Amino acid sequence: MTADPLSRVFAALADPTRRDMVARLAAGDATVNELARPYNVTVQAVSKHLKVLADAGLVSRGKDGQRRPVHLEAEVFDLMTKWIERYRREAEDRYRRLDDVLAAMPETATEGETPPTSTTHQKGSSS
Amino acid sequence: MTTKIHETEIDVDAQVPLVRITRDFDAPPDKVFRAHTDPDLLTQWNGPRSLQMRIDHYDCRTGGSYRYLHIRGSDEFGFHGSFHEVRPSELIVQTFTFEGDPDGVALERITFTDLGDGRTRLIATSLVDSFAARDAFVASGMEIGVREGYERLDEVLASSA
Repeated sequence: MTADPLSRVFAALADPTRRDMVARLAAGDATVNELARPYNVTVQAVSKHLKVLADAGLVSRGKDGQRRPVHLEAEVFDLMTKWIERYRREAEDRYRRLDDVLAAMPETATEGETPPTSTTHQKGSSS
Repeated sequence: MTTKIHETEIDVDAQVPLVRITRDFDAPPDKVFRAHTDPDLLTQWNGPRSLQMRIDHYDCRTGGSYRYLHIRGSDEFGFHGSFHEVRPSELIVQTFTFEGDPDGVALERITFTDLGDGRTRLIATSLVDSFAARDAFVASGMEIGVREGYERLDEVLASSA
């Protein structure tokens, strides 16, 4: 298993069943039996999935006697989605600038223009 | 919501340490390709907005190489790599190294797919050699040296244990 925390979160969420469980837990705490019900799997299999989610810090188990409801650690989940979203937004910002560049470009490269593949450019002031 | 905007999609692979970016453009492949290979065009859109981009050289052809700097105030961050395979309007395969971590290297592949009607789908993947490096890449939002995300996660994980 990879050691760093974010990788554990990504790996935990790589499995569709676990993603589904996280989605259900986002609506509220649930017991292992409740979580097992919609799937064609044993409680043991669900417990195994929950252990992966717990090791990643994504879920915790309550102390409510026998029920021990499973609780989604929303903060960890949010943090990960925020990182990906921030990364996505950086890329989106960049590509919106590219949209503008493309809109301003002529249809074809100007005749006689230096081929871009062989130029050495200096942009801005060289300090 | 503007209908003309095709929002960027990010795919963080769980099996291999790569990030995949998908984005559609209202321009044909040759134009989108040119905006990636012509240094004058590239500097108009590439890199974080807060940084200035200065190109040292940008020789985008199979066997070529590049080096550029991102500049913020008196700080300069250098990046360089080689163009492994370049096919006009189709494909760019290149390496990418941040000079602050000279032994680190990412393998990047950019494909330009013709969607017809003068539109192009761009798919850019970055493959690194460890999940930790990939996740740092994502967590940093591609900015340089931003690690507080990890520290914050450590805190959150420590307090939720």
